[in-house]
Amino acid sequence: MTTTAPNGTADDDFAWRGVATEDTEEVTHAIGVKLHARSRALLATLVRPVAGRTALAFLLVVLENVAQLSGPLLIAAAIDTGIPNAIAGDTTVLAWCVGGYAFCGLASAVVWNVFLRLSSRIGQALLIDLRQRIFEHAQRLPLSFHESYTSGKVISRLTSDVDALDDLLEVGIDDLLTAVLSLVGISVLMLWLDLPLALLVLAGLVPLVLVTRWFYLRSNLAYRSTSGAIAKIIVQFVESMNGIRAVQAFRREGRNESIMNGLNVRYRDANADALTVMARFTMNVRLVGNLTLALVLAIGTWRVVDGGLELGVLTAFLLYLRRFYDPLDDIAQFTNAYSSAIASLEKISGLLQEKPEVAEPEKPTPLPKNPGQRGRSITFEHAEFRYSPTAPVVLPAFDLTVPAGQTVALVGPTGAGKSTLAKLVARFYDPTSGTVRLDGIDLREVSDVDLRAAAVMVTQENFLFSGSVADNIALGKPDATRAEIEAAARAVGGHEFITALPEGYDTDVRKRGGRLSAGQRQVIAFARAFLADPAVLVLDEATSSLDVPTERVVQKALESVLADRTALIIAHRLSTVLIADRVLVVDDGRIVEDGSPGALISADGRFNALHTAWRDSLV
Amino acid sequence: MDATTSVHPAPGDGDSTPTGSIAALRRLTPYLRPVRGRLIGSGAAVLGSMVCGLMIPLVIQRVLDGPVATRDTGPLPWLLLAVAVLGTAEALLFYLRRRLVARASTRVEAELRADLYHHLQRLPISFHDRWQSGQLLSRAVSDLSTIRQFIAFAGIFLVVNSITLVLGLLVLFWLSPMLGLITLVFAAPLVMISSRYESGYQVLARRSQDQVGDLTTTVEESVLGIRVLKAFGRGPQLTARFLKQANDLRNTELAKYRLQAKLWAAILLLPELGIAAQLLFGTFQVVDGTMTVGTLVAGVTVASYLSWPTDSIGWLLAESNQAATASARYWEVRDARITVTDPESPRPLPVDGKGEVRFHDVRFRHSGSGREVLRGVDLTVRPGETVALVGPTGSGKTTLTALVPRLADVTGGKVTVDGMDVRDLRLADLRTVVAMAFEDPVLFSASVRENVALGSPGVTDEDVRVALRIAQAEDFVDRLPWGLDTRIGEEGLSLSGGQRQRLALARAVVGKPQVLVLDDPLSALDVHTEAEVEHALRSVLSGVTALVVAHRPSTVQLADRVALLDGGRITAVGTHSDLLATNPDYRDLLSTMDESADEESVA
Repeated sequence: MTTTAPNGTADDDFAWRGVATEDTEEVTHAIGVKLHARSRALLATLVRPVAGRTALAFLLVVLENVAQLSGPLLIAAAIDTGIPNAIAGDTTVLAWCVGGYAFCGLASAVVWNVFLRLSSRIGQALLIDLRQRIFEHAQRLPLSFHESYTSGKVISRLTSDVDALDDLLEVGIDDLLTAVLSLVGISVLMLWLDLPLALLVLAGLVPLVLVTRWFYLRSNLAYRSTSGAIAKIIVQFVESMNGIRAVQAFRREGRNESIMNGLNVRYRDANADALTVMARFTMNVRLVGNLTLALVLAIGTWRVVDGGLELGVLTAFLLYLRRFYDPLDDIAQFTNAYSSAIASLEKISGLLQEKPEVAEPEKPTPLPKNPGQRGRSITFEHAEFRYSPTAPVVLPAFDLTVPAGQTVALVGPTGAGKSTLAKLVARFYDPTSGTVRLDGIDLREVSDVDLRAAAVMVTQENFLFSGSVADNIALGKPDATRAEIEAAARAVGGHEFITALPEGYDTDVRKRGGRLSAGQRQVIAFARAFLADPAVLVLDEATSSLDVPTERVVQKALESVLADRTALIIAHRLSTVLIADRVLVVDDGRIVEDGSPGALISADGRFNALHTAWRDSLV
Repeated sequence: MDATTSVHPAPGDGDSTPTGSIAALRRLTPYLRPVRGRLIGSGAAVLGSMVCGLMIPLVIQRVLDGPVATRDTGPLPWLLLAVAVLGTAEALLFYLRRRLVARASTRVEAELRADLYHHLQRLPISFHDRWQSGQLLSRAVSDLSTIRQFIAFAGIFLVVNSITLVLGLLVLFWLSPMLGLITLVFAAPLVMISSRYESGYQVLARRSQDQVGDLTTTVEESVLGIRVLKAFGRGPQLTARFLKQANDLRNTELAKYRLQAKLWAAILLLPELGIAAQLLFGTFQVVDGTMTVGTLVAGVTVASYLSWPTDSIGWLLAESNQAATASARYWEVRDARITVTDPESPRPLPVDGKGEVRFHDVRFRHSGSGREVLRGVDLTVRPGETVALVGPTGSGKTTLTALVPRLADVTGGKVTVDGMDVRDLRLADLRTVVAMAFEDPVLFSASVRENVALGSPGVTDEDVRVALRIAQAEDFVDRLPWGLDTRIGEEGLSLSGGQRQRLALARAVVGKPQVLVLDDPLSALDVHTEAEVEHALRSVLSGVTALVVAHRPSTVQLADRVALLDGGRITAVGTHSDLLATNPDYRDLLSTMDESADEESVA
């Protein structure tokens, strides 16, 4: 990465905030601790709303365990008492034992069924909560964030990272709880049976704690790496699929494959690494367990032979000991899924921590009433803009007033700052200092709903969403009737080609409108804006792909619509510029000429030069 | 298939009805073959560790019955050693089981993904226009991870637990046919329940995985379309769609769990009832004297030992179904045919090729559509000539240009380059001779150098610079913070539309192609830049054959001749001024508003 990170401060105190640490595989210990705390905090907020149901689920696990554990006791009773009694002719005990056993089986099946339904509800509630939070947050984040944070990364936060939490829920808290219950229960039993042997067993836990710690740290590292690697795979995948035309036309397949292979190998190795760490961990747990067993057997036997220990106690002790270590495998399984989930939650919480800088006001000021949707005035007061505090100034502080109803054309060379100025009006960005006002109200005080109803920006890029043509036009006004949609399409000259499509307005545009030409997509984008019918219209090179007859229709529509609206138009066609009431020539972030087209043509300035060039380019 | 799923992924491609899960899983065999040694080894390790685990209690029994009971500590050290050795062996086998499967399962996943990616990159554009990219992505990521997890855990236990169950039943029958029969009678309904469950579960698994794909599509659109969403303030609407889809997914998942819960309850209950029955009937036999207490105890012990393999069936079935569905979804894409392929016996390009492009009665129809977009196009672009293609919006200009480098194939007639049908040439050869630039310049997250050179090997920095110079892009590239090494595209610096298009033009000319196909690449350039690029292109175009889609008179001026495409045919060919003078349709298309507007303003 050679670009600046979204939160690219070098300050160590802030080095871990937001998404800054995402691409770093090894972070310092201090930062690692903070990241973990952040992930756990996120997990805690997710669990809180379902805490009651989770407690109930725990209770069911305990019940199920009780039912399960009573089974062997009843069998033992049947064999020790029931059968001898039955041979002697008394079947009462046997009947109770068999009946009890069947009952326990039934009870544990029923409890388990209820538990599964309950725990799946809890898990799904958690997932939907997390998905909603990420999605809504990503929507709230400013454009500047999305411009520097790859789309593939947001996608992987919402897919592969959420999946990691899903996996943790699948492994299930029940295994962990069962394991902990047995561990505690058996420890108590062993301590009660024989203190010295029990202490020996508990001493065996010391190396286990150390091994577990090692495992947790190593698997965390491994999973940080898998989660990073899969995100990179997603980025590469999304990019090549979206640019498939260029990929094929320029034979980039091979190069793409070698990039993908590199990432694929990284992901494969990271995953294999995680599994190997797990393998070593379970081996060590087993080893410590079995060796402790041998030791207990040796000391126990010696003490029994010496007469210091009852045979029955040793037998029971050994039986319990064997069951003492089994749950540790479940705990390992859980820890494994947990560290994978934590690595993903770390990235998710980072995204959630990013501040929506272009935030909605808490107490929005309503815009003045605007009967008949007439134009609104736009005022820039000492507005200055730069992308980040360290980046160079794109627009030095300037003042500008566009009275209500005026159509302003912005002209100037590529990179002069025309688009940036336009984006300030649509509040894609906020000015770094100074203010932008709509009808005198600071844009930062206007609610998003009001702002988007009042001002709409149409860009050169005409993204179509999956759905029908009508759906895509209706984006401008979700409650529009079919008649309104058709009227909008007609106004911009789109009705004809839309009705010629296989299913007319109901034709599925397919992926990104792949079935439509760029010009057709642009017409649909225009129809969207016309349907939205805003008081302020911002057009950023919105007619570049239209053919001449279509542009003529759009232009006509614009002229009538813009008559009483405020408009800001960036265009490189003279015809579009000339419908403006006023032209601003922008160069290097500054407005260098300002006046009516006629006045500027007669003056001996840049606009005049441009105008001459345009005229020369005509036939 | 769920008809209510709004965005269905795969019209026409692949069969999405659930077929047998075995069949779907069997298709993974070629990928499993290279790692079968490791997988078998891993299964053997599981069995081995089970044997060790069973032997330890037996040795302990010997200790308790021998040295402890008889107070004779002589054989004790050997028995203790045996416990330690068995214990260590068990631990090592635990390690081996996971270690062996770690490389194997991740390798299978990586290879499946690499082959999917390879295939996708070669599938025709028509495939990509039809499939939601989220559906493709969910296959490449979540379905493959499901398959990996299946290979690493469930697959092995499915085999091992089945073996254990069969062995356990055999032991039971050997102990007492009656006890074996009882166990079997109680196990039989499990098979029925499981198979009924399986068909239901598979439908749900499929639905859930498809819904994941739809959800991924919405996520992708929410990010890629963020500007439009923000411009219209429609984030909340898309969020509502996302939440609805997430909720649908949740409901499917919950239905899956409910089904699982039912199955698991049965799986837990039936073997327990079997043990109870064994106790009951066994006791009668013991009372009759036809069975010893020892046999009954052994029988019940074996039956309880089988409880884990039995209990795990529910989980294993779920995992297998999930993996089978993932595999089916995966193969749907892999089965899609690559229709644009190298010919069986490719013909070499003529050495003295001049780059003549000819359309012979070319017809084109989108698959599944009855209407022909191109209805017999005849056009010759002579070597070294530049022909502008003009036509109303949606007349098929872009489609026609895509036929030259075979981004799509004609459905009738043929396109020839130097007299050779483009379908008789190797794709790599064809695409070396023909270069394209698109209306929408696609940049990749890579350096400027890489974005210009793209895949072509042997492109030097000097070549890149020459191309940049031709596209009037060298100056701005030099002003970028790291020059040619500056990362651009989505993960890098954002460039203006004009800058992007100039890089795309540089990309088109870097390989010194004989034929250039330009899909109105000048539409996004401002007047000054357009003039500069035009100027440079003019010199380049003199050496190559070019077909240029044009909307503007200024672009048309680059051409020697103009072809008017209307109604799927070439209706007129001539010079710009001829056509302006003689063809009213052409005049309508190209007599610009700039002209009229200018006249007005001057007037």
